[in-house]
Amino acid sequence: MCGNEALAEAAVIAGCDAYFGYPITPQNEITAYMSRRMAEEGRVFVQSESELAAINMVFGAAATGKRAMTSSSSPGISLMQEGMSYLAGAELPAVVVNVMRGGPGLGNIAPSQGDYFQATRGGGHGDYRHIVLGPSSVQELADCMPLAFDLADQYRITVMVLADGILGQMMEPVVLEPKPRRPLPPKDWALTGMKDRKQNIVRSLWLAEGALEELNYRLEAKHRQIRDNEVLCEEYRIEDAEIIVVAYGIAARIARAAVDRAREQGVPVGMIRPITLWPFPSAQISAAAETFRVFLAVEMSCGQMIEDVKLAVEGRCPVLLHGRPGGGVPMVDEIQDKIRQLTIRSGAV
Amino acid sequence: MKTVFKRTPVLKDCPTHYCPGCGHGIAHRLLAEVIEELDIQDRTIGIAPVGCAVLAYNYLDVDMIEVAHGRAPAVATGMKRTNPDHIVFSYQGDGDLAAIGTAEILHAAHRAEQLTVIFINNAVFGMTGGQMAPTTMLGQVTATTLGGRHATGEGYPLQVSEILALLPGTTYVERCALSSAPRIKQAKKAIKHAFQLQMDGAPGLSLVEILSPCPTYWRLAPAKAMAWIEEQMTTAFPIARLKG
Ligand SMILES: Cc1ncc(C[n+]2csc(CCOP(=O)(O)OP(=O)(O)O)c2C)c(N)n1
Repeated sequence: MCGNEALAEAAVIAGCDAYFGYPITPQNEITAYMSRRMAEEGRVFVQSESELAAINMVFGAAATGKRAMTSSSSPGISLMQEGMSYLAGAELPAVVVNVMRGGPGLGNIAPSQGDYFQATRGGGHGDYRHIVLGPSSVQELADCMPLAFDLADQYRITVMVLADGILGQMMEPVVLEPKPRRPLPPKDWALTGMKDRKQNIVRSLWLAEGALEELNYRLEAKHRQIRDNEVLCEEYRIEDAEIIVVAYGIAARIARAAVDRAREQGVPVGMIRPITLWPFPSAQISAAAETFRVFLAVEMSCGQMIEDVKLAVEGRCPVLLHGRPGGGVPMVDEIQDKIRQLTIRSGAV
Repeated sequence: MKTVFKRTPVLKDCPTHYCPGCGHGIAHRLLAEVIEELDIQDRTIGIAPVGCAVLAYNYLDVDMIEVAHGRAPAVATGMKRTNPDHIVFSYQGDGDLAAIGTAEILHAAHRAEQLTVIFINNAVFGMTGGQMAPTTMLGQVTATTLGGRHATGEGYPLQVSEILALLPGTTYVERCALSSAPRIKQAKKAIKHAFQLQMDGAPGLSLVEILSPCPTYWRLAPAKAMAWIEEQMTTAFPIARLKG
């Protein structure tokens, strides 16, 4: 299965009640697949007139307590930012998939990781965060979907699954099976009609003095809870490593091969692979920076995730970049070369 | 003794933030009475716009949501598709529906969404200080058309209801006004019909446009504002059952 179809089926299995989307490459397989599968399941599929409409349809369905999602690629995700800010303000659970392509502007349809800043900094207006998952295989992409719906429901927050054109298009064997849901709080805030209870209101406007500040503090408390409990990352061969590659998504998949090859040549190199991009595995990177090491961020951009690595390292160790923007994909040899140069420079081996 | 008037329980007993002579309060009351009369308070979900009516949920006692400017028909689509047994309505101003949200209302109608839309046309952007709306009359002075609206450069009053009535996806479109007691009665009848159609599962969108006074930004006394609707607004926006 290709990544796009695998994540779509995983969403169906995870109990997605409604999918809303507008076609854009390289994620068209998701929309097409959902149009068929949601109908088969008697659930809701709407091809919207724009991404602006799609995210607002998600907003409406989510407000009634349904599991709702949309998917798009970079230009479409930009158009959704207004809605994502409102989702954050209204504290509604939603799942958004971004199969990134090259930018800025219309860019190209090649794989990219250029939307890291937009994804991890909130993206829309206002003081908020949302959870970002960065899988690096088709299986992990599919596994992100039930997790994304659970996290969204648990914290009443948007969860973005951040993939790229390679992951979306790549074919790999996958195991798709229902996962038990986390224990989730009741959706007693949902708009279901005021039978046997008082009026429910879903809103993001807080005009009274101090009311919005209070909301922002409440959101921040929630964000802290997520930072404390939901960080996911993989540490690969780092115990004795003098060089640590930090990479996520498809870049990490490629970097892993470079790490293995360098290891075969006796180079002490390992990798930290963030799986949650927000919350970022800062503690893990910080711990690794306690002994002197060289960090190498490998990403498909001119350097975005590297800023989070530097924030975690806090100047204790050098942090360098190997970045390929605009649809360029780093090759194993390139990364290996970079590791070799660092080895010479840092005196390792 | 016979009760000839009572407050509907769907309208909360509280002071409103609307200016004296504003039409939103009348429209809210009509809406609330219809919801009571049709006995749908416990399965109605309302959508408040961005505009002067953003706080409509403070007055209407039904489950409500406040959404981004102009996006109500998309939000309503998400709600109604996932909750076909609920009655979903949006309440939108002319900036919300006829400017920033034209794509959303057009496509909700185009898809024949089973929604009810209350469209308040007051010929200005009230909330932001009385700027020109697409529905502003030619020659009308607003905060952004100090010399009056000119067709050249600023366009003609936009007749969204006529456009929507052309689409096969609308089942019912009527334009009413709040400018006199008979007009108000007719507006209530139209609102009720629009909800009834949704309850009956009519295969499309029903919309009631309501010409509504904004004395503050028309710079007219409330009674004069009512007369201005009749004398001026109805020339560009004729009171008519446009469809259904
Ligand atoms: C994206 C966005 N742009 C602009 C605004 C500012 N704004 C708030 S209400 C409004 C116009 C409202 O006019 P209308 O829909 O006619 O409603 P009224 O206030 O007249 O009842 C505008 C432009 C906003 N809130 N959001």
